[in-house]
Amino acid sequence: MARNAKGGDAASAADRDVELLELYRRMLIVRRAEERLSQMFADGEVPGFIHLSIGQEAVPVGVCAALRLEDTLASNHRGHGHALAKGLDLERFFLEVMGRAEGVCGGRGGSMHIADMGVGMLGANGIVGAGLPIAAGSALAHQVRRTGGVAVAFFGDGAMAEGTLHETLNLAALWHLPMLFVCEDNGWGEFSPTSRQFTGDLIALAGAFGIDAATVDGNDVAAVARAASKVVAAARDGCPQVLRCVTNRVHGHYEGDPQRYRDPADLETLPNHDPLRRCAAKLGADDVAKVTAEVEDRIAAAVAAARAGTEPDIARARADVYSPCEAAHG
Amino acid sequence: MAETRFGKAIGQALADAMRDDPDVVLFGEDVAVPGGPFGVTRGLLDAFGPERVRDTPISEATIVGAAVGAAIGGLKPVVEIMFMDFCGIAMDAIVNQAAKARFMFGGQCSVPMVLRTPHGAGVGAGPQHSQCLEAWFAHIPGLRVVCPSNAADAYGLLRTAIDHPDPVIFVENKSLYAAKGDLPENAGPIPLGRLRVAREGADVTVVAYGAAVGTALTAADALAADGVSAEVLDLRSIQPWDEAGVLASLAKTHRLVVVHEAVEAFGVGAEIAARMADVGFDELDAPIVRVGAPFMPVAFAPNVEAAYLPGAAQVAAAVRRTLE
Repeated sequence: MARNAKGGDAASAADRDVELLELYRRMLIVRRAEERLSQMFADGEVPGFIHLSIGQEAVPVGVCAALRLEDTLASNHRGHGHALAKGLDLERFFLEVMGRAEGVCGGRGGSMHIADMGVGMLGANGIVGAGLPIAAGSALAHQVRRTGGVAVAFFGDGAMAEGTLHETLNLAALWHLPMLFVCEDNGWGEFSPTSRQFTGDLIALAGAFGIDAATVDGNDVAAVARAASKVVAAARDGCPQVLRCVTNRVHGHYEGDPQRYRDPADLETLPNHDPLRRCAAKLGADDVAKVTAEVEDRIAAAVAAARAGTEPDIARARADVYSPCEAAHG
Repeated sequence: MAETRFGKAIGQALADAMRDDPDVVLFGEDVAVPGGPFGVTRGLLDAFGPERVRDTPISEATIVGAAVGAAIGGLKPVVEIMFMDFCGIAMDAIVNQAAKARFMFGGQCSVPMVLRTPHGAGVGAGPQHSQCLEAWFAHIPGLRVVCPSNAADAYGLLRTAIDHPDPVIFVENKSLYAAKGDLPENAGPIPLGRLRVAREGADVTVVAYGAAVGTALTAADALAADGVSAEVLDLRSIQPWDEAGVLASLAKTHRLVVVHEAVEAFGVGAEIAARMADVGFDELDAPIVRVGAPFMPVAFAPNVEAAYLPGAAQVAAAVRRTLE
């Protein structure tokens, strides 16, 4: 079943056209970047595994609209949206995912471990649930160093059965960490529906730790942005928050996954819930066309630049296993 | 020069590091109010306050994961895992997160954290509280592994570890906590990767680390009575280990024994023996002999535990084998 949560808030400031258009533009960058990656992966131009977040763009874009540059986020294996929404440069993104030396991680991380410390993007993560404690530690650093920053952990509903979620909720509540837990609830954990993986309820779980939790329609970018602005402010004051965003995973667990385990009728309904389509319906057609042309140009330019990237060499890679200050630290 | 217990020297290093650098924070199970299961962190909560010295819930995976995030965020966390055996629960954070962040993010960040943890048998703690698992960590690119043998080294190596930009696994043999040693008044940091010659000798090189250094020195005393001069090397750090220092000693003695409390098979001693069989082949006049625990878990029964631990007699017998 395609998934939307009720989000019946009356139109507010975030719905104003110009802001909505900007949110649309940011979602479209993620969408077009991933569509392009899908094609490049099929063509053999992108090695390894990629996990696309097509259908989920409203969540990272809506949440990151409420964040400052100094705020930090820890992501997961489906992290392209988090990286780009937090401000990772598009060209260095493509360079990294293609395994190029000029990539943001020197081609060492690729899609599943992409990070940009300069924009507070602490890393995608190949291990489900591993980003949660890292975000808690980042929140601890914000707290002790008085940065005023917030740390966000993006995780899927597939991570709800990982112990690190339960441990981190507890630690965040105990230490009053400036931390936001964002669950991208797409109904699937790898190849199985969440209903066959988890008997709990995230909102009730948060409540058990005394943490405020809310559910929002994760396919409505304005609703996500409004909810995020509220929970980020509370988290910044040392009240950790949970925001559950109900959304849909359109592509497979990994690119190339034929999704034979999904009901075809269900997949056919997904376009009706598409966050970009829903957002575009609220915008003027001319604005949408203009933004679309601009984003497509940017993607094309970034891909062209990335194709000119060079292959990294193993000597340079080996040099980054340890810090370079051997002489000073021994 | 003041006489100090091993555990106290570690506490002193933590206190001095926290005094010198406001980014050093300490957290772990029972490290704050209770002062640590072995009393190592006693007094630090009073000295530095609850923001920087924190008790955690019993959540090893999240303790270490949070240390990674805190370290990337500009703090220098020192976390404690109460027994090395409990690292099993935290292995993802150690192996996949702490060890790899610098590398996989292209050198964008460091992870300047220290994980302190006690290893070792001899206190009746049984199979799940006694293991020496340092070889696990020495096998992981990106981690530093340190194991001091005495109070002064514990102080100096921990000061280095806390200031080090890489994640350091700092292993403390729990049988040493009460051991007394001299701690110089102006003790400073000791670099990683440089061994200490614990006893000079001419006939055979005995390499050890942690509590096994004491075992090796006892064996050297016994051997000296028989006219055998053993040189005892204290590795101090296991990753990196001082290959050049071991080779220099081997070039003098032409015989090598490697001793550790950890099980002998697939251990640190195997790596040292393999390297010396390669780069030191021309120096060797005898097979390299390893001394470690038998390939079995630590038993609870005191007599079995005592029989399990590699002792000075075994080290002396190994040395004699190299002299046959």
